[in-house]
Amino acid sequence: MSSLTYVVPDAATMLRRNLKHLLRYPVMMIVYVGQPIFVLLMFVGVYGNALGEATPGTSYIEFAAPAVLLITVNFGCTTTAFNVFSDTSSGIVSRLRTMSISRAAILGGHVLESLIRTTISALVTLVVCLLLGYRANGGFLGWLGTVALVSFFSLALTWLVVALALSARTLQQATSNTLIFQFLPFFSSAFVPTDTMPPVVSWLAENQPLTPIIETIRALLAGTPAGSTALVALAWCAGIGIAGFVWAIRLFGRDPVPH
Amino acid sequence: MTNRSPMAIVASGLRKAFGDHVVLDGIDVAVGPGKVYAMLGPNGAGKTTVVNILTTLLTADAGTVVIAGHDVATDGDAARAAIGVTGQLSAVDNLLTGRENLQLMADLRHLRKKEGRERVQQLLEHFDLVDAAGKLLSTYSLGMRRRLDLAMTLVGEPRIIFLDEPTTGLDPRSRRTMWELIRSLADGGVTIFLTTQYLEEADELADWIAVLDGGRLVAEGTSDALKQRVPGGHIRLQFADAEALAAAAEHFAGATADEEALTLSVPSDGRPDDVRSALDRLERAGIELGGLSMHTPDLDDVFFALTGNGAKASATTDSLERAAQ
Repeated sequence: MSSLTYVVPDAATMLRRNLKHLLRYPVMMIVYVGQPIFVLLMFVGVYGNALGEATPGTSYIEFAAPAVLLITVNFGCTTTAFNVFSDTSSGIVSRLRTMSISRAAILGGHVLESLIRTTISALVTLVVCLLLGYRANGGFLGWLGTVALVSFFSLALTWLVVALALSARTLQQATSNTLIFQFLPFFSSAFVPTDTMPPVVSWLAENQPLTPIIETIRALLAGTPAGSTALVALAWCAGIGIAGFVWAIRLFGRDPVPH
Repeated sequence: MTNRSPMAIVASGLRKAFGDHVVLDGIDVAVGPGKVYAMLGPNGAGKTTVVNILTTLLTADAGTVVIAGHDVATDGDAARAAIGVTGQLSAVDNLLTGRENLQLMADLRHLRKKEGRERVQQLLEHFDLVDAAGKLLSTYSLGMRRRLDLAMTLVGEPRIIFLDEPTTGLDPRSRRTMWELIRSLADGGVTIFLTTQYLEEADELADWIAVLDGGRLVAEGTSDALKQRVPGGHIRLQFADAEALAAAAEHFAGATADEEALTLSVPSDGRPDDVRSALDRLERAGIELGGLSMHTPDLDDVFFALTGNGAKASATTDSLERAAQ
């Protein structure tokens, strides 16, 4: 019906509205952009000398920067969950549900806003990385690949976060459901090579989605071949994205739960 | 238009339970095009659940809903395209300005740019929101929010509108303004489904009133027809003590005495002669009268007669609250 024909323009309308919210209440954005930079400064500036010994052959900033660029996505999850939960339990979204609008467009507006928010955060983080002396060798194609992979991961993870937010019954639950994504980077190859970890943790770190994605970005930015790791990274992103999308659309199609 | 049904809104056998709690226990609704239908009931009667089901926000456990000829179960999108909804909780975006809220609706209704801007301006003027148009909603009063809420509903010029308790919590003046706005819509031929806990509101606005209590419709009809279902009016005589009341009761056959309130209710259809004759009789008997009031039947009587005690208690509280305002 008509609502499907308009799914793209409706999602764009919802995106414009969400961006207005973002501009009008910049505090959350500032806190969010600050988090990965804080982590970057802690690991590179404070622990960098000690941790650098675990990464022979490269400077520590060269090791950590690609990872920190990616985990700007992880740090955005709580904000996205907060926005989605508070919005979908509000009167305005009840009104939208009684209008002839594709429900995917309502969620899509949040996903696109999250993508833009993550991009801004990643760009600011990149500037700090460059100021700390980071230089990439991967050239234009390396950057292009990095942008594509970070965006793909952001899109995929955001759909899963949207689903988690919709499955929650309270705002606290919605935000705490997604906290795991903030801790996941610390159990990956983001800050130290996985072979320096105790065996069990090392196995976990090797087999969780962030590690292959981070390794692929490292390879892209260093200008070295990523090989099969890239395929594993893409498979993780596709899997997370499809599962998140299907789950989110199904949850949003149900009758709203009175909060 | 695929308007197969002559009715704007038809629902039959609606049932809904949340867990073990049965909220609607078989509700039938039929609203003709251009009519104003009021569903009247105390808090918790299930009014909002009815609106949520009719507007496709909730799915009924049983029963069918057809809006403008479209069955919501099979063609929800077409049904949604035909309606506008103003909810009990403000369905407005608190983080936007009044104008932005209306513009959002214009964009989602896919009005062309110029057309949308004109419609928004026109609604701001009609709803007396021009001065507040550029302000965030956090600065709006409840009355302004309700007006904006209704204006947002009207952006797409729907022919069927649902208003869930549109005046609850408003001061008397804002309530009057809302009534005028609703009446002007009805004059324009818009079908209106309204819920309210105020008898006066149903009486003022509706062509047809249905009384919802405990998940069932306990009565429906025109305001006049419902009023005829309760005993007629009376003159209420107030006395200073029980002796005077007892003495007076002997002079009025057919009257009912309330010994606690020290009042005597004398049946009357409100003619001045009834009052004169009552006063004459008391004077001749030398009985001193403390006070006198006329009581004509209104929807309150209907409501109390038809709904349960719980409903009576809450409706009385509402009347008291309104009296206090």
